[in-house]
Amino acid sequence: MIIKQLSVFVQNESGRLMEVTEALHEANVNISALNIAETAEYGVLRMIVDDIEKAVNALKDLSYSIKVTDVLCVEMPDVPGSLNRVLKALLSVDLNVAYMYGYSNDGKAPLILKVVDNERAQIALKEAELE
Amino acid sequence: MYWNEPIETLSRDHMHALQSERLKDTVGRVYQNVEFYRKKMQELGIEPGDIKTIEDIVKLPFTTKKDLRDNYPFGLCSVPKSEFVRIHASSGTTGKPTSVPHTRKDLDTFAECVARAICCTGGTKEDVVQVAYGYGLFTGGLGIHDGATKLGAAVVPISGGNTRNQLTLMQDFETSILACTPSYALFLGEALAEAGVDPKQLNLRIGIFGAEPWSQEMRTKIEESLNVTAYDIYGLSEIMGPGVAISCENQNGLHIAEDHFYPEILDPDTLKPVADGTIGELTFTHLTKEAMPLLRYRTRDLSSITHTPCECGRTSARMSKVCGRSDDMLIIRGVNVFPSQIESVLLEVPEAKPHYLIIVDRQGTMDTIELQVEIDDKYFTDEIADLEKIRKKIKQKIDSVLRIGVIVKLVEHKTIQRSEGKAKRVIDRRHI
Ligand SMILES: [Zn+2]
Repeated sequence: MIIKQLSVFVQNESGRLMEVTEALHEANVNISALNIAETAEYGVLRMIVDDIEKAVNALKDLSYSIKVTDVLCVEMPDVPGSLNRVLKALLSVDLNVAYMYGYSNDGKAPLILKVVDNERAQIALKEAELE
Repeated sequence: MYWNEPIETLSRDHMHALQSERLKDTVGRVYQNVEFYRKKMQELGIEPGDIKTIEDIVKLPFTTKKDLRDNYPFGLCSVPKSEFVRIHASSGTTGKPTSVPHTRKDLDTFAECVARAICCTGGTKEDVVQVAYGYGLFTGGLGIHDGATKLGAAVVPISGGNTRNQLTLMQDFETSILACTPSYALFLGEALAEAGVDPKQLNLRIGIFGAEPWSQEMRTKIEESLNVTAYDIYGLSEIMGPGVAISCENQNGLHIAEDHFYPEILDPDTLKPVADGTIGELTFTHLTKEAMPLLRYRTRDLSSITHTPCECGRTSARMSKVCGRSDDMLIIRGVNVFPSQIESVLLEVPEAKPHYLIIVDRQGTMDTIELQVEIDDKYFTDEIADLEKIRKKIKQKIDSVLRIGVIVKLVEHKTIQRSEGKAKRVIDRRHI
């Protein structure tokens, strides 16, 4: 399934990340998945939240640079080889994964994936019976 | 359109005669009334009688900012204090302050020069002039104010800052001319866009900007965001204030009010005059100033002069846009770096905002230069690889212009302070 992901530019300095989480807390936004890509000086905080509009407004008010992107969410069975099957399916249609993050709990392992073509990826995943 | 056609279109021969006459008069006055100049001239072995034409100016002594500090407050004055009608001053951020007194006639000259300047940009008595320069000891606010009043335009003396109010009055009063620093103009343009106001719906048509160096790219950005034609006004409080020179519709240099201020461009090392078109330190000599006439005052501004005729019909010498200050120049690893060069590059990179901060530091014996820039929101992406591409693009452009390696650091939107007056662009930590 295609879902909305919220990305925020944050400087790699102590306290910066908490300013973002504080703003989201105040706006009563719940974060269900999260990932940070970082360089020495800055990072990009990527999140899946329950109310993206509220989150966007809260962060815009504080002048953050933000971006909403469509990403793929694949719910895989929490068994060995699941991730391998997903990547294989994507490779079969020539899709590279820009980044991904996920976790497993209670027998399920949802995975957030960024690829250049979500539609093409979905078709490939359906053919591999992963969606 | 001219404010004072006979003077603004005076033949070069007549201007030469007028300047020679006025220089002789000024030298006579300072020799008689100012001990500082009398002593300096005696040291150089010259007397007022040695000054016969304006060319003889090269025999005269220089004046520096330090001389103004050393003789603070009124040591360089040529008239009794009772003749002062206003005293401007610069804050003493780097030591003692400096003061610049004016007589009634000095203020009349000030207003005359500013009226000429506004007229040169196309301003008339029909205009509404919003003066967003600071009022007070700084000459920007009161200077434009008096000149616009002399012109007969409607003055809105709002002073600097209070951006929301600036935008409101701009709309309600149908302001047609905005006068402020270029960095504040850029800021107002941004604020306008943020408020969702289409600049085409404003009545603004002319922008008169000065008091800090600005680039061609910055002009384009201001002209677009405020829907104005931008003019460059030059001045400094020691000489007068804004109105010493102004650009005309041909945008090929600034016409100097040469009947009051005689310009020279000097080689910064030898202090000898350079040929027309060569960049050097701009130096002015007062030709009519009463309260505190200065001989060959070294402005520290870098510019060049041309005497070729301008299509607008004005015959005055024209100075090129100030391309930096000899003070602002940073020497990093032996290379001369001007903040204005960095600004020009950033304005060519759409992914970067034009606001920046330069941090110079020293690690061991090695100077480092870090440039903090904000990425434009439109170009923010969730992929580090793309952000790094932008960062490298900025770095490559800056490196090739400055010819030294710069550390480019992307920072969060709005973390670089926006300025309502002169922008603070450089932090030099090498001496701390
Ligand atoms: Zn002209």
